[in-house]
Amino acid sequence: MLSTLLSQIVNGLVLGALIGLIALGYTMVYGIIQLINFAHGEIFMIGAYGGLAMFTYLLPTFVQQQWYLALPLLLVAGAAVSVAVAVAMERFAYRPLRGAPRLAPLITALGVSVALQEAVRVFYPGATSALPFPRIFLEGSYIVPIGDGVPIRYTGVLIIVVSLALAVGLQLFVDRSRLGRAMRATAQDRDVARLMGIDPDRVIVLTFVLGGLLAGVAGILYGADLGFINIDIGFQTGIFAFTAAVLGGIGSIRGAIVGGLVIGLVKALGGQYLPGGTAYDYVWIFVVLIVVLVFRPQGFFGETERVRA
Amino acid sequence: MTRRRTLVTAAILVGALGLTACGTNRQEEPQAGGGAACDTSKGTLIIGMIAPLSGGLSALGLGMRNSAQLAVDQANQDCTVAGYELAFQPEDDQATPQVAGQAATLLASNPNVVGVIGTLNSSTGQTVQPILNERGIAMISPANTAPALTMGENFATAPERPFDNYFRTSTTDLVQGPFAANYLVQTAGKQRIAVIDDGKTYGANLAEQFAQQATELGAQVVARERVGEKDTDFSGVITAIRGQNPDAVYYGGEYPVAGPLSNQLAGAGLDIPLMGGDGIVNADFVSLGGRPGDLATSIGAPAETLPSAEQFVSDYEAAGFAEGFGAYGALTYDATNALIQALATALADGEYAEDRRADIVAAVQATDMEGASGPVSFDEFGDTTNRVLTVYTVEGADFAPVEGSTGAFEG
Repeated sequence: MLSTLLSQIVNGLVLGALIGLIALGYTMVYGIIQLINFAHGEIFMIGAYGGLAMFTYLLPTFVQQQWYLALPLLLVAGAAVSVAVAVAMERFAYRPLRGAPRLAPLITALGVSVALQEAVRVFYPGATSALPFPRIFLEGSYIVPIGDGVPIRYTGVLIIVVSLALAVGLQLFVDRSRLGRAMRATAQDRDVARLMGIDPDRVIVLTFVLGGLLAGVAGILYGADLGFINIDIGFQTGIFAFTAAVLGGIGSIRGAIVGGLVIGLVKALGGQYLPGGTAYDYVWIFVVLIVVLVFRPQGFFGETERVRA
Repeated sequence: MTRRRTLVTAAILVGALGLTACGTNRQEEPQAGGGAACDTSKGTLIIGMIAPLSGGLSALGLGMRNSAQLAVDQANQDCTVAGYELAFQPEDDQATPQVAGQAATLLASNPNVVGVIGTLNSSTGQTVQPILNERGIAMISPANTAPALTMGENFATAPERPFDNYFRTSTTDLVQGPFAANYLVQTAGKQRIAVIDDGKTYGANLAEQFAQQATELGAQVVARERVGEKDTDFSGVITAIRGQNPDAVYYGGEYPVAGPLSNQLAGAGLDIPLMGGDGIVNADFVSLGGRPGDLATSIGAPAETLPSAEQFVSDYEAAGFAEGFGAYGALTYDATNALIQALATALADGEYAEDRRADIVAAVQATDMEGASGPVSFDEFGDTTNRVLTVYTVEGADFAPVEGSTGAFEG
């Protein structure tokens, strides 16, 4: 049925846009310091909790009730918390390991991930179980009158628009701005970049700031869209975002968004039309990943890895 | 300089991980109640509990812990088990079979553990059963509902009791699923039902029993879908069932999924009620998105309305626990009291030793008492003989019993 097909495509695009937004953080950090930052999913989760804390404890009631006041404040709060945690993570967990073999920061990233998750569980009141998230944006759906109707959640539209806008903005920033050029230079060769007067440490912090910012925004959008959050969402969504980054070509901004959208669509359409139904929708994501990596190991937009001398 | 930085970082990480350890493996000291007046010369006996004290289902698990604590404290006050002091040792299973197995091994290794109350989930119950059985420790669950736990894998055709130390005060999904179907099809008049489950022992079987009875009653099961227990976005499933024009959704699983699922159903323009089993009967279902008019079945009669439960409810309130007793409070209280009674009977004529555990199990089997949830006794499989269920519906911020819906399911 046409309306079912269209609905699943909408579902896939919304999920994919969100995954893509988080995947940008994975891909940027990898591009600069070749670290798969497994803790990035938790930055997303912490952003959602940061926004929730702002809403619950700081906002007066009349602001809570106006989405156009509350939503921007929540986005700022979520992004601020995520950026702060991402910067602290880089400073205390990764920078001391800068010269260490690549496995050391990778294992550290896994440790940071567990530590952050448990820190929220222990210290955020009520975080031992799922918490309702304010439906600040207009709740409900617009039902497009095709066939039986194609519901499009207002929050879903918001996710797609914000994700694409931020991705385009990020691409422009990296391509056009001075700092973006410094980022690309550091990614290419950190030592030569230093000779050209770039401080690689500052550029790396900037990368974590940008990744944290996007993850924090994603956390708020996620909470507002689904109406609840729990401490597992970072790990769950993080795995998909990491997969999206690999699929799109790790290091590539365009790749992260395209990878995210592909994963969202495969999950939605696979659950509808492939054998096994929704119980097996995750399986198809990884089937696609394997098939793509067999024929194009560098992903859609990735460059073939150069072996450094 | 670098070394010092590394050290600082390491210290912070170790500190953070230390907190982690506190969070997950929090050991509660066995708590002994007052009872200074009682003769406790023969020592201390430990009643264990395995339930989710943290994680998504902790709202139910903490109610279980408090209810059992209440029963143990009262027994110590009343000197119910002559010569012994009772201690209560709750262990967290995080609703995870693997963690439940660790908790069971821990309790089983202690020779003074005389019985275990729990678990909440059927899947964790499955893991705990053989571990406690190895040591002959009596286990009474107030909440497991999967039929296989008492009747074996072939419960429908050739029921056979797998563990003679296992009992439960909750009735099974063989009763609960059909009971729900009767209500949804006959009373609520739903004819096109989409059935969804979470694929766990409890949810999948409950949904299956429901679907069978609903079909038998002439309703159509228009979709049969499965979601992951940790899923959060159900738009795919909802779109899949939306095409079939269902007039109700039955969900086999627990409230952390059911609440958001109900919410997202409405969000997609499907304004139809969601019904579930005892696993969704909790106020958190509503705060996570459950809507007024959503339905659920739960085991036993509502504690608030039962004359037999009045004492329990007022004692519970007087004890000042931070959490409510939840869906399983009365059943946990009864399960704990059944175990305490069995201890009193079995140990009346001699001292406790590990090899007397068989006597305790036999005494539990012979239980015949009036409990908060009604009469408590066990049949040849270890199942409760009290097969009463109640339909609940969401009103305001919590579930409320549907008047006149309490009843026993008869075939």
